[in-house]
Amino acid sequence: MPVQDLEKKFQEKIDNEVKIEPKDWMPEAYRKTNLRQISQHAHSEVVGMLPEGNWITRAPSLKRKAILLAKVQDEAGHGLYLYSAAETLGMGRDEMINDLHSGKAKYSSIFNYPTLTWADIGAIGWLVDGAAIMNQVMLTRTSYGPYARAMVRICKEESFHQRQGFESLLVLSRGSKEQKEMCQDAINRWWWPALMMFGPKDSESSHSEQSMLWKIKRKSNDELRQNFVDMIAEQVKVLGMTLPDPDLKWNEQRKHYDFGEINWEEFWNVVKGNGPCNKQRLDARRKAHDEGKWVREAALAYAAKKAAERKDAA
Amino acid sequence: MNLIRKFYYGDIPDEKAGGNEISKSSQSQPDEKSWPLWEVFIRSKQGLDHKHCGSLHAADAQMAIENARDVYTRRMEGVSIWVVESKYITASNPEEAGELYEPAKDKVYRHPTFYNLPDEVNHM
Repeated sequence: MPVQDLEKKFQEKIDNEVKIEPKDWMPEAYRKTNLRQISQHAHSEVVGMLPEGNWITRAPSLKRKAILLAKVQDEAGHGLYLYSAAETLGMGRDEMINDLHSGKAKYSSIFNYPTLTWADIGAIGWLVDGAAIMNQVMLTRTSYGPYARAMVRICKEESFHQRQGFESLLVLSRGSKEQKEMCQDAINRWWWPALMMFGPKDSESSHSEQSMLWKIKRKSNDELRQNFVDMIAEQVKVLGMTLPDPDLKWNEQRKHYDFGEINWEEFWNVVKGNGPCNKQRLDARRKAHDEGKWVREAALAYAAKKAAERKDAA
Repeated sequence: MNLIRKFYYGDIPDEKAGGNEISKSSQSQPDEKSWPLWEVFIRSKQGLDHKHCGSLHAADAQMAIENARDVYTRRMEGVSIWVVESKYITASNPEEAGELYEPAKDKVYRHPTFYNLPDEVNHM
């Protein structure tokens, strides 16, 4: 069948909400876009463990420690669901990991910000996971089957992440003067980076249009960002805290919150590798991978030995 | 060089993959040998079928089961796990779906609704 016909059939499937599965024909650009997006998403989950891992040993109580451990373990699981989905597009796991470690592959810039106080862990759950959920809920309906299925599983678990974060901040917001200040300070530092998670404005985003046509994405960056602002602007009232944006205000005509301009210079700077923790994060990843090499080799050697024993016994 | 390239339930040859190109960099594989890929099937509760839920890498079957427990059943999602190395799965080809399923198409008499019975015959 000529390529034009295949492309036409492919688009018809997408238009009719038929999911694309790994063995189906797909345009190369569709494969590449999905591969880039899913592997970046996987890397983000994995690197995302680092800022939170920073507080596991210093969590204020055994309960909070157990919660944080479970959350970080979930992030590892999410990374694995996503690598598994990305692998269906024809790239090996090792290669994806190599691309992350060489700096060729990106991950969400949000994880290049430091976690300075315990309140940051609450703020990450509420704001960072909250922003991620907006994106992920949309992605449960993405056109590529394995990605959509991974997202369904992730969304089920992600809700616990956001709720525990909010609850943790709620406790601080009802605590001592110092705890309240710590809570507000964390919100102040995480608010703008969380807004940046949705990516460049629609007018500047290079991938959005084709991604919408292929239903990889179903909402634009600006739409998702607006939904997020509307949600958080209400929730912050429950905490009795404020968001660090003097321009934030309800717009009765639009039925949405207006908000101030994002510092795009900072956004691009962090994407390009100049954020506060870019180097630290990649170094930690590489170190873990290098130091795990002997374990990976030993496991293979053990499996080979066991297999040989079984063969002898037979 | 034999790369593990995964397409659920088997493999499609490169020339048939969409637009087919795999980037140049993917040809440079590290010298380290990687753990094989396993497909994971979970029985969510007693009485139900095992259902495919994803894949993972593991050195052997035992490790694949243990990893599957950690990755896919952290919230009691399963009571039984099957793992099988991905390379042993053979899949039907979507391009041949027409011919493959065609024989069932014109056999409407296999469905109960094909038969019109008088109203007096309840619950049949």
